[in-house]
Formats: sequence, structure tokens, C-alpha cells
Amino acid sequence: MSLRPFLWLPLLLVCTAPRAAELTVSAAASLSEAFGAIASGYQHAYPQTRVMLNVGASGLLLQQVARGAPVDVLAVADRQTMDQAERLDLLLPGSRAEFAKNTLVLVVPASTQRVIHDLSDLLGADFRRVAIGNPDAVPAGRYAQDALRAAGLWPRLQDRLVGTQNVRQALAYATRGEVEAAFVYRSDVHQADERVSVALEVALEPLPVYPIAILRNSNKLEQARRFLAYVRSPAGQALLQRQGFVTPTEARP
Amino acid sequence: MSPLWSTFGLSLRVAGCATLLALLLGVGFGYLLARGRFPGRDLLDTLLTLPMVMPPTVLGYYLLVLLGQQGWLGGWLDQQFGIRLIFTWQGAALAAAVVAFPLVFKPARAAFEAVDAQLEQAGRMLGLGELAIFLRVTLPLAWRGILAGMLLAFARALGEFGATLMVAGSIPGRTQTLSVAIYEAVQAGQDGLANALVLATSLLCVAVLLLAGRLAPGYLR
Repeated sequence: MSLRPFLWLPLLLVCTAPRAAELTVSAAASLSEAFGAIASGYQHAYPQTRVMLNVGASGLLLQQVARGAPVDVLAVADRQTMDQAERLDLLLPGSRAEFAKNTLVLVVPASTQRVIHDLSDLLGADFRRVAIGNPDAVPAGRYAQDALRAAGLWPRLQDRLVGTQNVRQALAYATRGEVEAAFVYRSDVHQADERVSVALEVALEPLPVYPIAILRNSNKLEQARRFLAYVRSPAGQALLQRQGFVTPTEARP
Repeated sequence: MSPLWSTFGLSLRVAGCATLLALLLGVGFGYLLARGRFPGRDLLDTLLTLPMVMPPTVLGYYLLVLLGQQGWLGGWLDQQFGIRLIFTWQGAALAAAVVAFPLVFKPARAAFEAVDAQLEQAGRMLGLGELAIFLRVTLPLAWRGILAGMLLAFARALGEFGATLMVAGSIPGRTQTLSVAIYEAVQAGQDGLANALVLATSLLCVAVLLLAGRLAPGYLR
């Protein structure tokens, strides 16, 4: 008997395979690895739930949700993005919390070993290109813009700034040596295998902080609540710290 | 309004240069493969067609690895001439040219193959040199097909996104083409700007296709 008429059967299987409950989590690009670890930790603790991780610039994640993407949990890299989500009435009231802090740093390709004492050193002839997340959508870029504006450097550096789609793209450009410096988070540096070195810690007040919330349209509230609790639990915080994040001291409701 | 126009102008410049580059290479390789008989011809044809089916991000990555500071070509260009292609509009044009190249190359090859060899033979009998035969007999006869491919290549170059973004980044006014600007605008929630850019791009593409239908009737159906 020829098998040919049945060759399409596996396709059917793929399309109709029964799935565990899927929890869709949209997380800022800088959280990629940390939330990957948290997702597997969570799945280990609650095997009946599968976590689908959607990673991107916080601004992009917000736009996706605002346009009706079926997302259950949103974790972004700044209060401003979460405030916008709140204003658009996208969040489940009372679910918002802050779970991590980070530091903005200026990295240089490790091979160049350039020294930076303060931000104005970027005006030097050595720095032909500086990568920065597009401030319209990338919180790391927005923090960097704030710092550069405060130092009066923003207009003068325009010619050198290369905007990126998310903070990891800025890191990648520095890793490849395509830019002489890049604004990224300290936690991102963990991913670069020592191909970049931190040249300067950018002083910011307050420090970049990561809010998380359940979305109003989620139909998996129970799993979503458990996920938020896991992120803020000692186990979740340990995973974040391993990636270079800092636990926020004061718990904001 | 001014950033919109500069984005528009930059896109036209990038797509124009990319089309020119694709045209020269596409006609050259099209002729070579239509007329040449050499080992590895089919393999070369496959390699040259590859950009048509390969994801632009793959092409972008190849270009980034090749032209980047650590790439052998990019490093050499920088050291010898101080030329950096990454994050420049020339880099964007190169990326778009690679993506658009098969759209010229394929129709050019087919058009050259369709040229009646007897006509070229007649030119030869009348004492024309090989270059003259190519320029005055073969190329005019194949021109319609090449033109159709060229216009498609222009439209494709105009819409290039993946490879361009990887090679040229997104620097407003310098490397941010229409497609990249649209992506940025949507990402930042600037719907008004996105609408304007999308409308401009759509109109431009319709114009290119109409022009192609007018200049090379029959080739795009």
C-alpha cells in the first residue's frame, strides 16, 4: 500500500495538537535571558502552564498590546511605558508592581580599551559612532537621552548617534566593533562574553526600574498572578540577580 | 513635513543607486550566463538567484560580516581608504542592490537568450565588432525585458527593509529609508507619521508598476 495519501497526516497533528495553558508574557529586550530562565523556572514549578515569551523594545510591546495583541503579562524597562499602558486602560487595576532595577552604562568594544571619564568625552574625535536605543520606543535610549540632555550634549552628539530598535541591538553593534561606544544596561554586558567593557556608569536618578503588570484582556488571570508572584519571589529574584539585575528595595504597590 | 521629504528623497537615492548597480551587474551576468558555456554555469546561476529566495536578514548578516569593521572587506576598506559602509546610505544602497539584483539578472538572461542569434550573425557578417554587436544589436533587442526587470528591481529596492536595517541602521535623515521609518513610527506609536509614509510608499509603488506596464508591456503579466 502506498503511504502517499497519508503524508499530510503529520501536518494535521501539528495543527491540532492539544496544548497546555499558554501564558503569553511580553518582556523588554533587556530581560531576554532573565525571563527565559524565569519562564523555565515557572514551568518547572507549574508544569501545566507553558510560558510564551515575546521579547522586544518596551515601546514596541506597548504598541502590540494597544493594538490588541493577546498578551497576559507585560514587563517593561521604564515607568513611562507602563504609565502609558495605564493611561490607555490596558492594565488589570492593582496588578502593577516593580520587580527589578538596573544601571545604564556606556560600553566600548573590549579591543579598543578606550577610557571615558564623563559623557563629554564622547565629543572626542575617537567616537565616530555611538549606538543608542531609539528614544521613542526604547527605554534605555530614553534614559541615555535624559543623561545627555542634562549634560547639554544631546544636540551636539546628533551626528554620531546611531539609533537602534532595542537595547540589545546597540549592544550587538558594540560587540561587533561597528560603533565606538553604546548605551546599554549593566545586565546586558553579561550577554556580551567580555567582548565589550564598561567604560562609564551613567549617573541616573532614579535608577532604571522595571514594572510588570497583568493585562486587562488576559483570560488567564490565575496563571498570570502566579507568574507575577514567581518573578517577585526569592527564586525569581535570584534568577534576575544572576543576570545582573538588582532587587528594588522599596516595594511599590 | 521636512523629515518626511528627506526620508522620501533618501529612499529614492538609495533605490536609484541600488537599481543602477543591479542593472550593470544584472546585465553583465545575464549576458555571461545566456551566452557563456563554462563549467559551474548552473551553480553560478543558482548563487546569483539566491538573494531572491533568501530572507533579507540572512543577506544583511552576510553583508554585515563581510563589510563590518571585523569583516575582511570592511576592515580592508577602512584601513586602505577610510571607507566605512556600515551606517551609511551607500551601505543601504549596496544592501538593496544585492536584494534587487536577481530581479534584473533573471529577466536579462531570459531576454538575451530570446535574442535571435541570426541577427547577431548578420551583424558579424557586416563587419561589426563584438562590442558593437552587443551594444547595437543584442542590447536593443533585449532591452524591453531588462527594463521590466529594472523597474521591478527599483520597486524592490525601495521596499527593502531587513538587509538595509542590519547594514545601515536607522539614522534619521542619513540612513533611515521609508520602510525603516515606517517601522520606527509604528513602533513608537506615531500613527500619523506612519500613515503619511505608508501612503507615500504605496503611491510610489503604484506609479512604478504603472510605468513598468507602459514601458515594457507584456513583461509583467
